Amino acid sequence: MSSTTASLTGASPIGANPADAYHEDVVRAFVIATIFWGVAAFAAGVYIALQLAFPALNLGLEWTSFGRLRPLHTSAAIFAFGGNALLGSSFYVVQRTCRASLFGGAAPAWFVFFGYQFFIVLAALGYMLGITQSKEYAEPEWYVDLWLTLVWVVYLVIFVGTLIKREEPHIYVANWFYLAFIITVAMLHIVNNLAIPVSPFSTKSYSLFSGVQDALTQWWYGHNAVGFFLTAGFLGMMYYFIPKQAKRPVYSYRLSIVHFWSLIFLYIWAGPHHLHYTSLPDWASTLGMVFSVMLWMPSWGGMINGLMTLSGAWDKLRTDPGLRFSVTAVAFYGMATFEGPVMSIRQVNALSHYTDWTIGHVHSGALGWNAFITFGMLYYLVPALWKRERLYSIRLVSWHFWTATIGILLYITSMWVSGIMQGLMWRAYDQLGFLQYSFVETVQAMHPFYIIRALGGLCFLTGALIMVYNLWRTARGDVRDEAPYGGTRGASAPSTAAA
Amino acid sequence: MFIKHSIIERNAILMGVLTLITVAIGGLVEIVPLFTIETTIEKVQGMRPYSPLELAGRNIYIREGCYVCHSQQIRPLRDEVERYGHYSLAAESMYDHPFQWGSKRTGPDLARVGGKYSNEWHAAHLIDPRSVVPESIMPGYAFMAERPLQMADVADHLKALRVVGVPYSDEMVAQAKADLAAQADPDADTDGLLKRYPKAKTGDFDGNPARLTELDALIAYLQMLGTLVEFDKVQPGSLRQ
Repeated sequence: MSSTTASLTGASPIGANPADAYHEDVVRAFVIATIFWGVAAFAAGVYIALQLAFPALNLGLEWTSFGRLRPLHTSAAIFAFGGNALLGSSFYVVQRTCRASLFGGAAPAWFVFFGYQFFIVLAALGYMLGITQSKEYAEPEWYVDLWLTLVWVVYLVIFVGTLIKREEPHIYVANWFYLAFIITVAMLHIVNNLAIPVSPFSTKSYSLFSGVQDALTQWWYGHNAVGFFLTAGFLGMMYYFIPKQAKRPVYSYRLSIVHFWSLIFLYIWAGPHHLHYTSLPDWASTLGMVFSVMLWMPSWGGMINGLMTLSGAWDKLRTDPGLRFSVTAVAFYGMATFEGPVMSIRQVNALSHYTDWTIGHVHSGALGWNAFITFGMLYYLVPALWKRERLYSIRLVSWHFWTATIGILLYITSMWVSGIMQGLMWRAYDQLGFLQYSFVETVQAMHPFYIIRALGGLCFLTGALIMVYNLWRTARGDVRDEAPYGGTRGASAPSTAAA
Repeated sequence: MFIKHSIIERNAILMGVLTLITVAIGGLVEIVPLFTIETTIEKVQGMRPYSPLELAGRNIYIREGCYVCHSQQIRPLRDEVERYGHYSLAAESMYDHPFQWGSKRTGPDLARVGGKYSNEWHAAHLIDPRSVVPESIMPGYAFMAERPLQMADVADHLKALRVVGVPYSDEMVAQAKADLAAQADPDADTDGLLKRYPKAKTGDFDGNPARLTELDALIAYLQMLGTLVEFDKVQPGSLRQ
């Protein structure tokens, strides 16, 4: 197997530009924002999970009801946590792999940073005040959408500009994925948010499309928010940070080409599988199903390319828990992208749709893949950006890993059970041919699983807090005196000469 | 490789353009025909735009994120049709900007909840869900019963909807403010309203005839859901998409 053409030596700071020519301040800001919003998103998730188990936690206040906080949680997780991780890592990766500083200098990059945080705050305030378009994962109203469009265009210009001024002959594979993510999200965002405001002074707007057309446009957007925000962008992250952590080239150059183009071509078609058995004409949902099943292959192409990069370096998993996060993330990616095509099959979807199975599926992707690959990136990036020899504590990374993994397992297993159980209860008949359960009996049956799910979320949040402590001490330059793993205690180990 | 990929990966603009073309195809093939194939929206009788009060209630439904837990889309599966009623037609959401089909049933489907419960039940349930359904996990919305309905710009809402294709007439726009108040007023003359919006439910909704509250609007909306299409006049053949 050939390794990538744009070899990883291109990421070395030695070259035409010295390392201090890279814009790293803005990347540091994105890293801090990623961590901050991550904790906020996980905490919001735990809270709304508890609301479903104990409705008194809605507090009887309009601003804290589940209906308003749920979009807050999803947007915080996807756009605030995931978005900052993507924007920050893309700025880091594109500079290193192009051996060029950001196009336009520091000012536009800082505009993207503050503009994006402003977008998050505007959106979040809107949700709590009840200002929403009600399109899932595209809830912000028209004025917030316009602002994000402006920020995104500047982001695109910086990214493409940096690619154009690169010192490397080839564009590294991570940047293909970042570029596809930026371009496609722009297309999806603009089309799905077309709306007519009631007046220039009103926060309310009405979607340009209605009913069945609006539904398909929304799920064309919604599924590709998964496909391009949470998959293509994060694959870009994978293609840079796993080879860096494992100190190995990407497994197969040819596989990256094939799976890149097939992934971005097929993903776009998959949206209608969210609308099986609805008023959407059958031909459309059948197309969505067929392409969703085909999508399994390019998805696993990415997984294989990520995992096989570890060839000859698997022993590092024992000694580098940061790499363990990245590799487990790819394994979860493989699992979620197998489960997805299964759930897109119409007959399976008849059972899974409208139930917690979908929620569990989403979280095996969001927690297992997106959050884990981000954690792996953060454990690599924080020492690199703050110029520290190593993390404050390697053992705390292990603690984070196991707490978070147990959390995910509790989460997805409880949602599998409750989702499948609810689906089966809805369709159960008694001996006389009547529906066996009233709706509220199925709600009651969910209760224990909602508690287990909240516990899982709490584990995940606890793990993240361990990470915050570890990274904060790392940035300060502290090094914990601890027994090292395996035989890695090398030059970078803390000096314990006094002992 | 049958093409030299190195040409693409040496040119950022070329790669960006090819990416855009690649990702545009799927959406174009799937979405554009929905606007052009005439049978996508079934030809059925009874659909009409929302009355101003129903629209106000619908906006409250959206504001509170009801769609997060309640679908409005009944699938043609035996148990769903028995539990909720006739499966949903595309025509039934033809004036829904945006659609409210939902994706999760933490609570039951609401596509045909109209007329299934009394106004009193809805008011009690929205104010304190566990007072009527002890096992419910729904948040309470007591504040809606106290809050006056604010929709002074209702005519602008109708005009905006007209821009996106909802057939509100000039008369409907002109009468919007009056219709908004009349629908929940037990003493109002509603002949004009019912002519403009056939089958609209009128009278007090929230148990307090003296005031027009957000609860009035939300219940007016819930009570009309799924009630417009006259299924006894529908020919099965006309439902083919």
